[in-house]
Amino acid sequence: MEYFLELFLGGLTRGSIYALIALGYTMVYGIIQLINFAHGEIYMIGAFTALIVANVLTLNGMQGIAVLVIAAVAALVWSSAYGYTVEKIAYKPLRDAPRLSPLISAIGMSIFLQNYVLLAQTSDFVSFPSLIPDFAFMDPVAHIMSSAELVIVATTVVVMILLNLLIKYTRMGKAMRATAQDKTMAVLSGVNVNRVISTTFVIGSALAAVGGVLIASHIGQINFFIGFIAGIKAFTAAVLGGIGSIPGAALGGLVLGLTESFATGYVSSDYEDVFAFVLLVLILIFRPAGILGRSTTQKV
Amino acid sequence: MKNKNPIVQSLLISLWFVFLTFPVMVIRVNTVEDVVEWRWWNMLWVAVGAFLLSFLWRYLLARKARGPRAGSMPIAQRIAGNRKLLVPFLAGLAAFVVVFPLLFSAYQVNIMITALIYVVLGLGLNIVVGLAGLLDLGYVAFYAVGAYSYALLNHHFGLGFWLAIPVGMAMGALFGILLGIPVLRLRGDYLAIVTLGFGEIIRLVLENWNAFSFGPSGIANIPRPGLFGIELSLHQATIYLYYLMIALVLFTVFVVNRLQNSRLGRSWLALKEDDIACQAMGIDRMKTKLAAFALGATWAGMVGVIFAAKTTFINPASFTLWESIIILSIVVFGGMGSITGVILGALVLILLPEYLRAFSEYRMILFGATMVLMMVFRPQGLIANVRRRYEYHGPDEEPQAERA
Amino acid sequence: MEPVLDVHQLTMNFGGLRALDSVDLDVRPKEIVALIGPNGAGKTTFFNCITGIYEPTGGDVFAARPGGARKARLNGLKPNQVTEKGLARTFQNIRLFPNMTALENVMIGRHCRTSSGIVGAIFRGPRTRREERETVARSHELLEKVDLAEYVNELASNLPYGAQRRLEIARALATEPFLLLLDEPAAGMNPQETLELDELITRIRDEEGISILLIEHDMKLVMSLSDRIFVMDYGRKIAEGSPEQIRVNPEVIKAYLGEEAV
Repeated sequence: MEYFLELFLGGLTRGSIYALIALGYTMVYGIIQLINFAHGEIYMIGAFTALIVANVLTLNGMQGIAVLVIAAVAALVWSSAYGYTVEKIAYKPLRDAPRLSPLISAIGMSIFLQNYVLLAQTSDFVSFPSLIPDFAFMDPVAHIMSSAELVIVATTVVVMILLNLLIKYTRMGKAMRATAQDKTMAVLSGVNVNRVISTTFVIGSALAAVGGVLIASHIGQINFFIGFIAGIKAFTAAVLGGIGSIPGAALGGLVLGLTESFATGYVSSDYEDVFAFVLLVLILIFRPAGILGRSTTQKV
Repeated sequence: MKNKNPIVQSLLISLWFVFLTFPVMVIRVNTVEDVVEWRWWNMLWVAVGAFLLSFLWRYLLARKARGPRAGSMPIAQRIAGNRKLLVPFLAGLAAFVVVFPLLFSAYQVNIMITALIYVVLGLGLNIVVGLAGLLDLGYVAFYAVGAYSYALLNHHFGLGFWLAIPVGMAMGALFGILLGIPVLRLRGDYLAIVTLGFGEIIRLVLENWNAFSFGPSGIANIPRPGLFGIELSLHQATIYLYYLMIALVLFTVFVVNRLQNSRLGRSWLALKEDDIACQAMGIDRMKTKLAAFALGATWAGMVGVIFAAKTTFINPASFTLWESIIILSIVVFGGMGSITGVILGALVLILLPEYLRAFSEYRMILFGATMVLMMVFRPQGLIANVRRRYEYHGPDEEPQAERA
Repeated sequence: MEPVLDVHQLTMNFGGLRALDSVDLDVRPKEIVALIGPNGAGKTTFFNCITGIYEPTGGDVFAARPGGARKARLNGLKPNQVTEKGLARTFQNIRLFPNMTALENVMIGRHCRTSSGIVGAIFRGPRTRREERETVARSHELLEKVDLAEYVNELASNLPYGAQRRLEIARALATEPFLLLLDEPAAGMNPQETLELDELITRIRDEEGISILLIEHDMKLVMSLSDRIFVMDYGRKIAEGSPEQIRVNPEVIKAYLGEEAV
């Protein structure tokens, strides 16, 4: 039972991270129907930025929660800036191109960013300082759930709620929903679609950065390649929940996280990454609209 | 932001990139010795680079917006359209191809064989991506299927190279069909990610299923291609393989060309243009896509066998996602659908990093940049696909596929 | 005479919306039938249900080649299978293959009546060559039939609007249908072009001996062309009959009131 609980909580943690990244995929897809392959790289860059900032601060004698906060803010700022720039360079000029073009451009961007970090930083795994302190009140349950895991799950929940409020009640949120439903109509009713798209990339990237900082300080090491696998899995989560749907991304992330956790725990850890891929293939084949998505009929 | 002065604009862009790249480019923390490296020079490079590139970017965007200049014909088309140029050009090329292994060292010939392998892989993927418009990111899976078919069948049953070729092709086709049937119903972007997933599944299985595939340690001592049982020295075997590859390239070009100008090729094109109308005209979307997908897989399977025979050793590390990406870059860079383009693309992208060793570190980053820039500025690739169009010249004449 | 198309109680729901509600319709051999009704009445949905683009929620669609085999049920068939059975259509917003020539567009229509595959493409034997030759010749014939011979090697996207509409008809005819479904063939045409279209549709019926079912808003064209007319409103059939009967039908007048002077 305890093993089960441990796996469950581990799955919850994983799932939270997937959900945070999946939101970026789902929001971008909802608005411009593009699989933003470079999104995983934004997450990776967020983790690297946090690592660099945290290390510089620690080496200059700073300690404690302040380091975590500053590093996280830096990751947020820079990831958003990367997300914004990537959109402007690789996708905006291709707004009216055939569907294959932005997709190829996205793959190119993903490879570019991976190798950019590889060349500018290092190809090795680098250790990430554990920034999340151990809370005393978690001691009794520390053997099944660490403080870091608690922080990850809690942060995710808070971020999700904030995002939901933003989309539901702010002007920008409404503009985003309008653009997702019908771009032409949104333009006609005075929505600045370019700004909406940029904002979507910025928000998605910021969420990915949060995920990046959390997971990096939990796992304790990162390299330039973490974005790829995390990206694929988060995309799987987004599709699982129903791409374009924000609650779907959260649900999909959880389902995937739990599936992986139980599968590696009870079946075999050799095939850890295979489970996600198999799940992705199965869901796309049998229920491409996802758990929460509705199938749409193409208009002729 | 909307300052019209290009210099001010470029300065702002330059400043933005300095900010953007600051943590990753300038700071590096050595966690072993706990020291921070500040690489201020990088900041300068970024600033200057971004400033200059923003001009180039604007210029290229403006040029693209103006559309193609009237009267300007791509070089390839000018050569192809002019018999006086084409014949000597082809003759010279053929002569060079024939004497190449006699003039250059075995090392050079080996590199050329690798490049030719990518030419054939590129042409194979071109059937899927270029002709049928299906983005396949797991192409390397079929390449692996071919290579492992030969390696395993040889290891267990002593199957020879020449028998392994059809077996590899059949295995590629089989896997192509098995994967194609469920996934080809999906929309284009989903197809991309599912094929990517499938490619990774195959690699992970090969890596972990030790009893079947010998895991990461791979399979060694795979025999080179035989020549009627004659013993060949290593050097002779290399030259032999070179000519084999040349023959294979010619064969592939022939096949792709024939496919392009056929009933099937027309239906691929129509499917790319409008799939609803295509179905309404009685074309079975599934069957048509499957034909392209399986053909591409067949070619990958065949090249896989040759790859195994060339290196005499294979392991899962040869079949990573990067291989798929490299092959895709070749097709995109050369020009989707264009045979000449893909050949040239493969030669440039494979040979250049080989010869510019200093450069090879930057290979993948340049591939990535190439894909983005090609899509933004030249989606038709290095050499645009000059499609043959059916033209009608009266009732008695044999129908001619003419270059437009 | 046995109808070539026989639709029983055809129903189509989109979520909670009932786009088609128990529609009955039949088309007899060599008949020109018009389907009219205000915008949003469900006419195009009706076409899409028959041609396999949508799968109808309820009802049956039967079709039979006149004098040919027994009638076939079309529900659940894919669009290409419906076309193979002998129903061909055009689209309300022209859907040609823009980067293919007029000739190539029509050649695509020949696809389901030809058979060469991968092997034929690679080896290009005498059979394949003959088939290709016939495809080109037959396609050219069809282009001549719709007066497009002058555009034979022109890209479809470069053709004038009226010519594009006619090219779509030629492409549909290339599939050798016994029933041609035209979705607003006269939309966007000037009076002269409409007149020519009227003549063309009649000629196709007479020469090819096929039936035609068309959706059209141009009442003059509908009245002069049709043998029978079906009227739809809000997904239901509200009237059927000869042009004379429809002209005076109170239900129809009500549906069109203020929209069209019938």
